Amino acid sequence: MAFLALLVAAFVAIPLVGNDYLFSGLLIPFLILSLAALGLNLLTGYAGQISLGSAGFMGVGAFAAYNFILRIEGLPILAGFVLAALCAAIVGVLFGLCCYRIKDFYLIVATLGSQFTTEWVLTKFGWLTNYSDSGVITAQKIVILNVVFDTPLRRYLLVLAIVTLMALAAKNMMRGAFGRKCMAVRDMDVAASVIGINVFRTKLIAFAVSSFYCGMAGALWAYAYVGTVEPQAFDLDRSLQILFMVIIGGMGSILGNFLGAAFIMMLPILMSVAGSLVVGHALDEGVIANVEQVAFGALIIWLLIVEPRGLARLWQTGKEKLRLWPFPW
Amino acid sequence: MQRRAGGVGGTVGFFVEVLLAGLLAGVMYSLVALCFVLIYKASGVFNFAQGAMMFFAALSVVNLIAAGMPFWVAFVVVLAVMVLAGVAIERLILRPLTNQPSMTLFMAMIGLSIMIEGLGQLVWGSRPFGLELGIKDIPVDVGGVRLSQFDLFAALVAGALVALLGLFFSRTATGRALRAVADDHQAAMSIGIPLPRMWRIVWGIAGAVALIAGLLWGARMGVQSGLIVVALKALPVLILGGFTSVAGAIVGGLIVGASEKLAEVYLGGVIGGGIENWFPYVLAMLFLLVRPNGLFGEPRIERI
Repeated sequence: MAFLALLVAAFVAIPLVGNDYLFSGLLIPFLILSLAALGLNLLTGYAGQISLGSAGFMGVGAFAAYNFILRIEGLPILAGFVLAALCAAIVGVLFGLCCYRIKDFYLIVATLGSQFTTEWVLTKFGWLTNYSDSGVITAQKIVILNVVFDTPLRRYLLVLAIVTLMALAAKNMMRGAFGRKCMAVRDMDVAASVIGINVFRTKLIAFAVSSFYCGMAGALWAYAYVGTVEPQAFDLDRSLQILFMVIIGGMGSILGNFLGAAFIMMLPILMSVAGSLVVGHALDEGVIANVEQVAFGALIIWLLIVEPRGLARLWQTGKEKLRLWPFPW
Repeated sequence: MQRRAGGVGGTVGFFVEVLLAGLLAGVMYSLVALCFVLIYKASGVFNFAQGAMMFFAALSVVNLIAAGMPFWVAFVVVLAVMVLAGVAIERLILRPLTNQPSMTLFMAMIGLSIMIEGLGQLVWGSRPFGLELGIKDIPVDVGGVRLSQFDLFAALVAGALVALLGLFFSRTATGRALRAVADDHQAAMSIGIPLPRMWRIVWGIAGAVALIAGLLWGARMGVQSGLIVVALKALPVLILGGFTSVAGAIVGGLIVGASEKLAEVYLGGVIGGGIENWFPYVLAMLFLLVRPNGLFGEPRIERI
C-alpha cells in the first residue's frame, strides 16, 4: 500500500509539481546512482563479495551502449541499453572469475584492478569513443517509438520506469532460490557448499547480475543524465561513492540503496547550505570544500559507529517504535 | 625510457637498467605495503587511509620547513603528531567498532582517508608542494649500469627501516607480544597481553612509517593528493606477497616494481602506454589463481 502510494507520488505527483532543475539536477542522478548502488548491493550485501569496480562496469555500460547504437543501424535504444548491460555483465563475469579462489580483502584488490583496467581500456582504444579527440562521447538522442525523450521530465519518467522495474526484479530475485543461495554463500560459504550449493557458480551469477545493473546505470548516466561523458566520469571515486551508498543505506536491503543514494547526494548540498548560513561568504571556497570533506568523512565514521547496519535498519527500528508508540511495552 | 640501445649487449644492458630501476622503485612500494601488513596483522583492519596518512605527513613536513623550521625539528614534530594520530584513531574509531564485520571497518577507513585528506588541505592549503631532501635525482654509474641516486637513497632508507622493524618484531618483548596478537587475538588476550595497548603501538608505528614513506614519495613526485593513489599501488604488492607476511610485502614490492617497469617498456609499445596503472593488479590477479594466499600468506583453514 505504502509502496503504491510512493509509485503514484513518483510517477504522477512529482512530475506535476517539479521543475527542470529538480529533475535533471537531483532526481535523475539520484535514481541512476540508486540503480548502481542496487547493483553493487546485490553483489556485496546479498552475496557477500566486496567490489570496488562498480564504476568501471558503469563505464562499460555507457560506452557499450554508445557503440551499439552508433554501429548497428536502426537498433531500438532500449535494446541498445540491454545489450550494453549484457556487455557489462560479461566483463563482470571475467573479473568475477577471480572469486573462484579468493575472497575478502584479496577480492577488494582484484576488483580495484578491474576498475583501473576498464578505465584504461576506455581511455586507450580510440575505436570505443569513435576516435573522438578528447575521448568524450556524446550520447545520441533517446527516441522510443517515435517519442523523443529530450525534456528533463520525459527523461526522468524513463529513468524512473527502468529503475522501478529493475528494483522490483531485484526484490523478487532476492526472495527466490537464487537470492537464498546468495545469502547462504555470504553467511558461510563452506556451509553453503556442504548443503549442495555451487558456491562458485552462485558468486559468478551474482557478479553477472550486479554488473548488469551497474552497466544499465552507466548507460542511463550517459544517455539520460549527462549526455556527454568521458571515461574519467567512472573513476575510483565514483566506485567509492556507490559503495558508500550501499554501506550507509544498508547492506542486503533494496530500500537501503535509495536511502543511501539520497543521503550521499544530499549531504554535500545540505552542508554547503549550512556552511553558507553559518559563516556566510566570509571564508574562501577552497576552505569550505575542505571543511565539507572533513565533515563528510567524520559523518561516515560516526554513522558506522552508531548504526553499522545502515539507514534501512534505522528506518525499520523507527517504524517498529512508531507502531508501539506511545506505549513501548 | 624511450631510447633503445642497438646491438645485443646494449639491449641486455638496457634490460638490466630497467630491471634495477624497477626493483628500486619496488622497495618504495614495499615500504607502503609494510604499513598495511603491520596493521592488518595486529588488528585485522585493512587500512585504506594509509595513503592519506602519507600525504598528510609529507604535507606537514613541507609546510613546517617553509615556516622556517629546520628539517629535523619538523621531522620530529610531525613524527609526534603522526604517532598521536595513530593512537587517536585507535581510541576514537577502532574501539567503538570492535567486533564489527571487517567490511564496516574497511568503510570507516575510507571515511578516515577522506577526512585526513580534507584536514591536510584545510590546514596547509591544497596546492601541490615540492619537497627537497637534499638528494639530487641524477644518475650514477654502478658497475656499468646507470641508476638514479635518489632511487638508491630511497631504497637504502626503506631497506634500513624494514630491517629495523624486523629487529623490533623479533627481539623486543613488545614485538613478540605484537606477533602473538597477530597470530591469535584471543590467545594473546588470555595470556595477559593488553590488546588496546598493542593496537595503539601498531597504529603509532604505522603513523611513523607513513611519515617516512610520505617523505620519500613526496620527494619523488611532489607532495600532492596523487600520493594517496600511490598507496593503492601497494595493494597488488600485498596480494602478491600475502596480507599477513612482512617478508611477502618486501618480495611482492620488488616483483611489482620490476614487472611494471619491464611491462611498461617492453609491452607498452605493443598495446599502448600507461599500463603501469593496472598491470600490477592483473599480474596479482593471475597470480592469485595459482596461489590464493599469496607467496608467503598463511593458508586459511575453513571451519563450519
